[in-house]
Amino acid sequence: MEAETTSYLLIIGVTLFVLLNVAALLIWVERRMLALWQDRYGPNRAGPFGLLIVAADSLKLFFKQDWIPPFADKKVFVIAPTVVLISVLMAFAVVPFAPGIVVADLNIGLLFFLAMSSMGAYSIILGGWASNNKYSLLGSMRGAAQMISYEVFMGLSLMGVVLMAGSFNLSDIVLAQAEMWFVVPQILGFIIFFIAGIAETHRLPLDIPEAESELSAGFHSEYSGMKFGMFFIGEYLGITLISCMVVTLYFGGWLGPDFLPPIVWFILKVAFFIMIFILLRASLPRPRYDQLMEYGWKILLPLTLLNLLVTAGVLLWLAE
Amino acid sequence: MENNSGTLLELQSRFGEDTFKQQQTRDEILTLWMPCNQLKEVLTFLKSAVPKPFRMLYDLAAVDERTRNKQHNGFPSAAFTLVYHLFSFERNEFVRLKVALSDEFPTAPSISNIWANANWYEREVYDMFGIKFEGHPHLSRILMPRTWVGHPLRKEHPARATEMGPFQLYDDKVDLEQAALQFKPEEWGLERQSEDSDFMFLNIGPQHPGTHGVLRIILQLDGEDIVDAIPDIGFHHRGAEKMGERQTWHSYIPYTDRVDYLGGVMNNLAYLLSVEKLAGIEVPERVKVIRVMLCELFRIASHLVWYGTFAQDLGQLSPVFYMFSDREKIFNIIEAVCGGRMHPNWFRIGGVAQDLPKGWEKLVQDFVDYFPKRLKEYDSMVMKNSLFKARTVGIGIFTLDEAIEWGVTGPGLRACGMEWDFRKKRPYSGYEMFDFDIPTAANGDCYDRAVVRVEEMRQSLRIIEQCLKNMPEGPYKADHPLTTPPMKERTMHDIETLISHFLSVTWGPVMPAGEAMSCIEATKGANGYYLTSDGNTNPYRVRIRTPSFPHMQMLPYISRGYTVADMLSILGAMDYVLADIDR
Repeated sequence: MEAETTSYLLIIGVTLFVLLNVAALLIWVERRMLALWQDRYGPNRAGPFGLLIVAADSLKLFFKQDWIPPFADKKVFVIAPTVVLISVLMAFAVVPFAPGIVVADLNIGLLFFLAMSSMGAYSIILGGWASNNKYSLLGSMRGAAQMISYEVFMGLSLMGVVLMAGSFNLSDIVLAQAEMWFVVPQILGFIIFFIAGIAETHRLPLDIPEAESELSAGFHSEYSGMKFGMFFIGEYLGITLISCMVVTLYFGGWLGPDFLPPIVWFILKVAFFIMIFILLRASLPRPRYDQLMEYGWKILLPLTLLNLLVTAGVLLWLAE
Repeated sequence: MENNSGTLLELQSRFGEDTFKQQQTRDEILTLWMPCNQLKEVLTFLKSAVPKPFRMLYDLAAVDERTRNKQHNGFPSAAFTLVYHLFSFERNEFVRLKVALSDEFPTAPSISNIWANANWYEREVYDMFGIKFEGHPHLSRILMPRTWVGHPLRKEHPARATEMGPFQLYDDKVDLEQAALQFKPEEWGLERQSEDSDFMFLNIGPQHPGTHGVLRIILQLDGEDIVDAIPDIGFHHRGAEKMGERQTWHSYIPYTDRVDYLGGVMNNLAYLLSVEKLAGIEVPERVKVIRVMLCELFRIASHLVWYGTFAQDLGQLSPVFYMFSDREKIFNIIEAVCGGRMHPNWFRIGGVAQDLPKGWEKLVQDFVDYFPKRLKEYDSMVMKNSLFKARTVGIGIFTLDEAIEWGVTGPGLRACGMEWDFRKKRPYSGYEMFDFDIPTAANGDCYDRAVVRVEEMRQSLRIIEQCLKNMPEGPYKADHPLTTPPMKERTMHDIETLISHFLSVTWGPVMPAGEAMSCIEATKGANGYYLTSDGNTNPYRVRIRTPSFPHMQMLPYISRGYTVADMLSILGAMDYVLADIDR
């Protein structure tokens, strides 16, 4: 019993440690990769390959004055950035990194993930509202609408996978892909989930709640120091989370040829999708807010429903 | 150049022989003095009643005549003169109408109900001269702060801070300034609410990533929909026109660089064409071609900045880096030729500062070979991107008539389908020798403005290539006593040339009295310098007509009903430079 508790704590501790470091490291990865694609150097001065920019950035964020605007709603202003961080970290609890390496192997893992990622919307709404700043308000209104709409397709697009695996448990879903990755039969579901994932993490091209050229920094305009840092880390954790989910649900999770251990396969696949996130940011412009909504409700929603219907039909047909 | 007797006859047959008094000017633009009380009828007549009408109010400015050296004999004596420049596309002809005003703080009738773009011009004249316009809907300061005392372009207003006494900030002045900073929608002619909603007022700027400089736009929003947008300009006002009055004709050249600071030497050209008309200098062929080549390089450089930042305004992060590094390549050529980069201050009265350096051909040739590939790449990266199209097609539309009414020139005008380019239609500096097309588009939306500019870069490249292949031999400065700085080698032969060289360098050349205007196709539209000389070493009045000013004035008109995000597209497609608006 004691050994079990210890191993639980160990997994939680290690996961937390690794995740936070990965999120911080992503600052460097993103800046270097963007620089690579944009024909410039990026941070290359601090430490080998500029790696210590991560330390420098974190130190800067930690030691910045922790300022709360006098016109802000103080309590909500403080709570908002923690919501995003906590909810994303909670969502990681159900991600199976490798056989046996999972914090909580819930039988409703997928639903838990959806619930947690929906919580992220609160931090945008509350943060923007509490800032009492017009730019923030506009940003958070956009964010709320965007995240709530894209939640719908995100959930529905996953149902194809659930139908095929016959389980909400993420480990079971991975194991169900031993024959064939779900990306093949569920290509449509994958594409929709990925788009919804970008919207969920509000990354360029769907960074409409921030929209730098329009709203300066959108919902987090008034945030500085570590409170901004939490939004910042939350965003990178969000990218990692969505990449993990994509890999788990559609690309066979830790499964892979035997010459590499499962955890390495998992990490490689996740890294690939993180790169896709960064590449998208480097290449695409941002649609307008109403275009995004229209795209979601008029194109993605019917497609998602169609995908669900066909999957269910085919499964029934095969079962007979 | 101008065959404008027809216009005069038309005017005389309608308003009588004695109404107008013709003045000869160095630029041969029909210049007519007319009485103030008939101003509106004459302008309305010219705008809508004559065949081939003068549909564009090209410029509206004033001159403080009170300290002028030589009163031009026979013309109405005036304390102030209002100068109206009208342009007719059908005739390809300017007409300059002058109205003499005699009071210390005179009043003139407003023409803002005849031309939409007269509104800002009249506000500027009011701000700078204290001339009031009767019937103007919102006559308030436009470039100077609202708390400013005095009207800067009046001759009694100090030209520099040292003439004004030490600055002191008393408590009551602090209160006054603080009060002026408070935003009251009513002062800007805005309603706080409509029947069914309260409006939100959003300040875009003066510090904002989307405005490309210190520009403030007051947005009246209903949700995210723009009810009205009011540009508040003047943050970048440096008094470029006032400075001209205390600089010599020569030493004003670097100031022009900084008006459209992306246009570099192209500003020099607009100014110098006007000066050279005053001086009667005909520049050598080599000078013309060098000038054209550098101007076209700057046109590409300016369009590249626009291209990159436009894409960035729409959220595309990468193009701006590629385009700025291409611009860097252009600056390397500019640097090799001029020594400077953004503000090379390279053209001189009657020529350029130095001959082209050895090996310039290779630099230019390399760029000409390199650049088309990049343009093609940018096409697929930006222009063909469907998200980019979604953000620009059908946004910020204005029709050709609206464009002319608001004084839009340059790519904005050509995007409405009008094939009008001053380089082709009224060639200057030898543009008639070059073979290039005028790109146009049909819809007049943000996307079409982009299409026109992208194609213009290709055409500029063609011109540069022709310059490269056909660079004439010869001197790089005209043989004329008024050129600056005078050629040094002649000065060592006799005392007379030495003295004239000395005077010309220390005092600067003395321009013959008169007035002249230039009009060039600058990067952003029609740019012109209307210079008045009273026979001195410095201009009596410098009036800079910039394209960005009327373009920005049109912003409320074309952004109403769109969303905040669309306004960024509109601003990006406008391609303005703040210094070009505020001068």
